Amino acid sequence: MASFAKFGNDLYTGERSYDFVGKRKLWYLIAGILIALSILLPALRGGFVFGIEFTGGSLFQITDVTSTDQDIASDAVDEAVPGANPHVTTVGTNGIRVQTDQLSEDDQRVARDALAAAYGVESDDVTSSFVGPTWGADITESAIRALVVFLVLAAVFMAIYFRTWKMSVAAIVSLIHDIVITAGVYGALGFEITPSAVIGFLTILGYSLYDTVVVFDKIRENTSEDGPMATRTFGESVNLAVNQTLVRSINTGVVAALPVAAILFIGSALLGAGTLRDIALSLFVGIVIGTYSTIIIAAPLYAHLREGEPEIKKHAARLLANRKAAAATASTTVDAK
Amino acid sequence: VARTTPVKKAWRSLAWLGVIIVALAGLNVYATFADSDQTWSPKLALDLEGGTQLILEAQVSDGSAVTQEQLAQAVSIIRQRVDASGVSEAEINIQGDRNVVVSLPGTPDDATLDRIQSSAKLEFRPVLATDAPTTSAVGGDGTDSTASPTPTPSVSLESEPTAVPTDASDYSYITPALADQFTNFDCASLENVDVNLAPTDEPLITCEFEGSTAVAKYILGPVEISGERIADSTNGVVTNSQGVSTGQWAVNIVFDSEGTQQFADTTERLYSYIDTDATRNRFAIVLDGSVISAPSTNAVISDGKPQITGSFTQESSKTLADQLKFGALPIGFQLQSQEVITPTLGDSALQSGIIAGLIGLILVIIYSLIQYRLLGLVTVASLVVAAVITYEVLLILGWRADYRLSLAGVAGLIVSIGLTADSFIVYFERIRDELRDGRVLVSAVEAGWKRALRTIYAAKAVNLLSAIILFWLAVGNVKGFALTLGVTTVIDVLVVVLFTHPTLQLLATTKFFSSGHKASGLDPNALGAIYRGRAQFRSPVLPAAKTGAGREAARRQTIAERKAAEAADGSSTTKGGKDS
Repeated sequence: MASFAKFGNDLYTGERSYDFVGKRKLWYLIAGILIALSILLPALRGGFVFGIEFTGGSLFQITDVTSTDQDIASDAVDEAVPGANPHVTTVGTNGIRVQTDQLSEDDQRVARDALAAAYGVESDDVTSSFVGPTWGADITESAIRALVVFLVLAAVFMAIYFRTWKMSVAAIVSLIHDIVITAGVYGALGFEITPSAVIGFLTILGYSLYDTVVVFDKIRENTSEDGPMATRTFGESVNLAVNQTLVRSINTGVVAALPVAAILFIGSALLGAGTLRDIALSLFVGIVIGTYSTIIIAAPLYAHLREGEPEIKKHAARLLANRKAAAATASTTVDAK
Repeated sequence: VARTTPVKKAWRSLAWLGVIIVALAGLNVYATFADSDQTWSPKLALDLEGGTQLILEAQVSDGSAVTQEQLAQAVSIIRQRVDASGVSEAEINIQGDRNVVVSLPGTPDDATLDRIQSSAKLEFRPVLATDAPTTSAVGGDGTDSTASPTPTPSVSLESEPTAVPTDASDYSYITPALADQFTNFDCASLENVDVNLAPTDEPLITCEFEGSTAVAKYILGPVEISGERIADSTNGVVTNSQGVSTGQWAVNIVFDSEGTQQFADTTERLYSYIDTDATRNRFAIVLDGSVISAPSTNAVISDGKPQITGSFTQESSKTLADQLKFGALPIGFQLQSQEVITPTLGDSALQSGIIAGLIGLILVIIYSLIQYRLLGLVTVASLVVAAVITYEVLLILGWRADYRLSLAGVAGLIVSIGLTADSFIVYFERIRDELRDGRVLVSAVEAGWKRALRTIYAAKAVNLLSAIILFWLAVGNVKGFALTLGVTTVIDVLVVVLFTHPTLQLLATTKFFSSGHKASGLDPNALGAIYRGRAQFRSPVLPAAKTGAGREAARRQTIAERKAAEAADGSSTTKGGKDS
C-alpha cells in the first residue's frame, strides 16, 4: 500500500490534484441528471411503494389453530394472493394474526379461504378486517416538523461556526441532493418504503451533513490561512483542501460502507432478511452518495458561491495576470539563453 | 519536562475513562439487584422479541358511531403517552371501526394499562352540594357490572330548573329530580365507568374516592374550565410556604391564556363565598367523571397555575401529568383482550444482522490495518472501547427509559461504526499531515490533535443537534432512533478524547512509533516528509520541479499553473534576498 500513502502525500503537497472545483459544470450536470432520473424513474413505476406500516392493510385473525407455525400462513397467502406481503404473528397460544397489504374484497375472500384451508379450520374461524397504519400521519407530521427545525438550526450553526452562510447553503443543497437520489433509488427499484427505510434515510441525513462539515472545516482552515498575498485563487484553495482530505473521505467512506455492504449483500442475500435489506439499501446508497456529493457538489458549489465576491474576484484576476507575466518572463529568459 | 506533560495527561485521561467504564458497570450491577427484570443483555423491541397486544374497544354510551378521526386522534394521544414513559417503540393502530390495537414489548403492568386506556378527561366544576356517600365501600372487582354512566332521573319530579341559572354556582341547577337522584346515588355505580358522561353545561353527580373507598359525594355545577385549556403539566412534590418539601406528590397545571382567564373568573366568584358558604366556596377537580379533590378557594388564582393534590404517588402523579399534557382521549376505551404476541422478525433476522455486522467489522479491521498498519490497531481498540461503553449505556437506558433494540436500531449501531471510526481517521490524517510538514512525532500528535479536535467537535455537534431535535420533537420509532444517534455520538467523542488521543500520546514516546518504523503507519519517509528539509515547512518547489518532468503531471493543467505561480513566487523571494 506504499502507493496509497504516496497518493496521500501527493494530494497533500498538491503534486497530484484532481480538479473538483474547476470542473463543476460537469458535476452539476451529472447531479442534475441523477436527480432527474431519481424523480422520473419512480414516477414511471407509478410512485413510491409504501409498506403497510404507512398505508394500513387487511388483517386476518385465525383462532383455535392446532399448529402455530407462521410459515403456513405466509405460504398460503403468498400462493393465494401473490404480492400481498404477509406479516405473520402468533397471538396467545392458538391464534394467528396475518397482516397484508390492502386487499380487494375478492382477494380478501380468497386469502381467507386459503388460510382456513392451510390451518384446517372452518372459514368462520378466520375473521378479516381493516387495520390502520402503525406509522400514522401523526408520526410523519412530527418527524417532518423535527426535520425542518433541525435543518434550519443546522444551517444557522454552520453559518456561525464557519462564519459564512454560503457554506450552509452549499451543505444543505448537497444534503437535499443526497436524499433525493437515495429516495430515487428506492423508487426506481420498486423497494417498499418501510419505517426501517425511513430511519435509514434519517441516518443518511446525519451522515451526509457530518461528512460535509469535516471537509468544510479543512476548507475553512485553508482559505482562512490565505491572506491577500496568497499564491492560490480561492477556488484553488478550496480544491486543495478537498484533495488534502480526499484520503480521509475515501477511508471514511469505505469504513462506513463496509459493514452496511455486509448487511446488504451477506445479510439479505444469503440469510434472507427483508427488513435488513430495506434499511441497508438506504444506508449503503446514502453513504456512497453522501461521501461523493461533499466532494463534487458541496465544495465546488461553495467555491462557486464565493467566487463572485469582489475581493475574491480581484485577487483571482491579479493572480492570473501575475502567472501570465511570470510565464512570459520565463520564456524570454529561455530565449535569451 | 516538556515530554512528560503529555504523558501525564494521557495517563490521567485513561484513568478517567477507566472510572467511567467501571462506574457504568457498577450502575448495571446495581440495576440487576434493584430490578429483577434487569439482565446483562439489552432489551429487545417488538419486532425481535414480541410482546403484548392490547385491543381497546371504543365505548360510546348512546350507540352513536365512532368516527375514524376520533380513533386517529386517540391513537396519536396514546402514542404520546406511551412515548412519555420511555422509548419502547410501541406499535399503535386502528383496527376496524371501533378498535385501537396497542402492541407493546414485554408485559404491561396495571400502571401502564391505566396510562394507555384511561381517558384523562379533566374538568373543573364548582361544588353545589356535598354529602357522605350512600355506600361507603365499593367492593368487588366489578368486572361484569354494567353501570349506566348517567342514572335515569325519575319522571315524576321536576327536572328543568325553575329559574334560569345566572352562574355555575347557582342553586337553581339543583332541581327536585336532581336532588332525589343525588340522595339515591350509589358511588359504586361509578366503578366501571371510564368517563362519567354528563354534558359540560349540565350539573354532575359524582363521588370522591380514596383508593376504592368513596369518601364523599357531590352535586357539581357545569364545567368551568376543561382539560383542553391545559398548556402544560408536570408532577412534583408540594412545598409549603417556607419552601420545605412536604413529601406529598402533586400535579402542577399551567393553563393557556383562555384557561387562565376562566380560572381567574371562577376563583374570584368562589372566593366571594369564603365567609358565607363553605360548600360553594369549593371547586372540584373531576378526572374521568370522579372527583380527585375538591379544595376550598382561599384566594383568587390569576396566574393560571393550579396545583392538584390528592392521594398521588410519584408514579401516579407522573402518569396523570403526562395524560393531561397530551390531552384527553376523545372517547372512552375498554380493554377487550390482552394477549402475548410473537415477534414478526424473530431470531433469524437478529442473527443475520449480527453475523453481517461482524463480517463488516472484520472487513473494517482488515482495511484499517492495511491503511494504517499498527496504527490501525488503535482504531480497533478504540472501537472496542466504544462498543463496551455503548453496551453499558444501552443496558442502563433499557432499565431507566425502557430503551429496546429493534432491528433498525441494530443497523443504526452498525452504521455508527463508520461514524465513530471517522473521528480516528480524521485524527490520523491530521497527524500524517503534520509529519509531512516535517514535525517530529510527539509534536505532530499534539498539533494534529488540536486541528482534528476542532473538526471532530464541529461535525459531532451537527450530529448531536439532529439527535436532540429529533428526540425532542418526533414521536414513535424516530424518537428511538434519535436516542441511539445521540448516545453513540457522545460516546464517540468520549472515546476519541479519553482513549484514542491518550493512547497515541503514549505510543508517540515509544521507539517503535517515534522512529517511524515502516509498520507503524507513521513513517515520515513513506509520508514524504524527507523530501523537504527538516526545518522547512511546505516548500514544494524541489519535488514539483522533479516530478514536473513526469508525463502524468505534465498533463495536468493545474500543476502547470501552480508551477508558474511557484516560479513567480521564487523570483520575488530571490529579489527579496538580494535586497537584504
